[in-house]
Amino acid sequence: MAAEARLSSTEYITHHLTHLTVGHGFWALHVDTISMSVLLGMITLGLIYSASRNATAGVPGKGQAFVEVVVEFIDTTVKEVFHLDRSFLAPLALTIFVWVFMMNAMDLLPLDLPGKIAGLFGLTHWRAVPTADANTTFAMSLSVLCVVLYYSFKAKGAGGYVHELFTAPFGSNPVLWIPNFVLNLVELLSKPVSLAMRLFGNMYAGELVFMLIALLGASFFTFTVGSTVGLFGQIAMGAAWAIFHILIITLQAYIFMVLTVVYSAMATEHH
Amino acid sequence: MENLALIAQVQGYTAIALGLIIGLGAIGACIGIGIMGSKFLESAARQPELIPTLQGRMFLLAGLIDAAFLIGVALAMFFAFANPLLARFG
Repeated sequence: MAAEARLSSTEYITHHLTHLTVGHGFWALHVDTISMSVLLGMITLGLIYSASRNATAGVPGKGQAFVEVVVEFIDTTVKEVFHLDRSFLAPLALTIFVWVFMMNAMDLLPLDLPGKIAGLFGLTHWRAVPTADANTTFAMSLSVLCVVLYYSFKAKGAGGYVHELFTAPFGSNPVLWIPNFVLNLVELLSKPVSLAMRLFGNMYAGELVFMLIALLGASFFTFTVGSTVGLFGQIAMGAAWAIFHILIITLQAYIFMVLTVVYSAMATEHH
Repeated sequence: MENLALIAQVQGYTAIALGLIIGLGAIGACIGIGIMGSKFLESAARQPELIPTLQGRMFLLAGLIDAAFLIGVALAMFFAFANPLLARFG
């Protein structure tokens, strides 16, 4: 990405934090985020689809065994939390987990590699981690909010749900309708915000730490003692942070998935 | 010259704020993880057959506890490299 001769460290980081944007104002689209997330979704779908096409009842191959493990793991997790018919929620949870995991995993690519490849096509900026963009995480969490609302209406009916919105925590006295409703609204809206900010904050911070580590070896070509130490520091710290980050990306994908299921399960409960 | 002094002042205050954000966040997250880890070990020693269930929950909560701290770190890093308060000076 840093094809321009010598950037200062602040310029390097600001450059890496800039999206490839098309359009202005409200319609400013982050092309890199959109294309990376769609591409990763297609790849994941393709892998799982091909594993399911080639599935055998006999001794499974490595790919089939892996997909089976993932599917079974998600299905048990959903089954523990959500007790109604899960023919819609379990596939949704699987999609969220696998997709978020794949998008997070782009953090483990060498920092400058996606930008360099994009640079071959004449693009100036390319951020490879879609979940380090608040637009992706908020889009996903608002979709989850729609699912939660769907389950609320389905379990309680329109009348029942509105009744619950106005009477739930404190009681059905007309004086308490407004406080009840405000409290329920805050509770409802805090779910997508916390979901999105959690994933975004984790991935953004992770990406920034990778950038800071990448700056360590940046002065290596001056061939001083300090720059050599910096280079080895970059390799060691980059490896350490990447290994720790494998835990974080899996954990965050898992948390996003579990909280989706938990919120849906809460929506189906009667008060 | 006066502008320079103002910029330096904003930068100084921002640096202090970054230290506070990261430091206090780290204290909170560490205490939280510590309490949770000790409780997990206690309950694992008491009822070893529950370890698989508890382990899943523990990792889930570890991620939740960590999240607020990491959001703070992300915010601090954002202020360190693209300080919106400094942008007003042009």
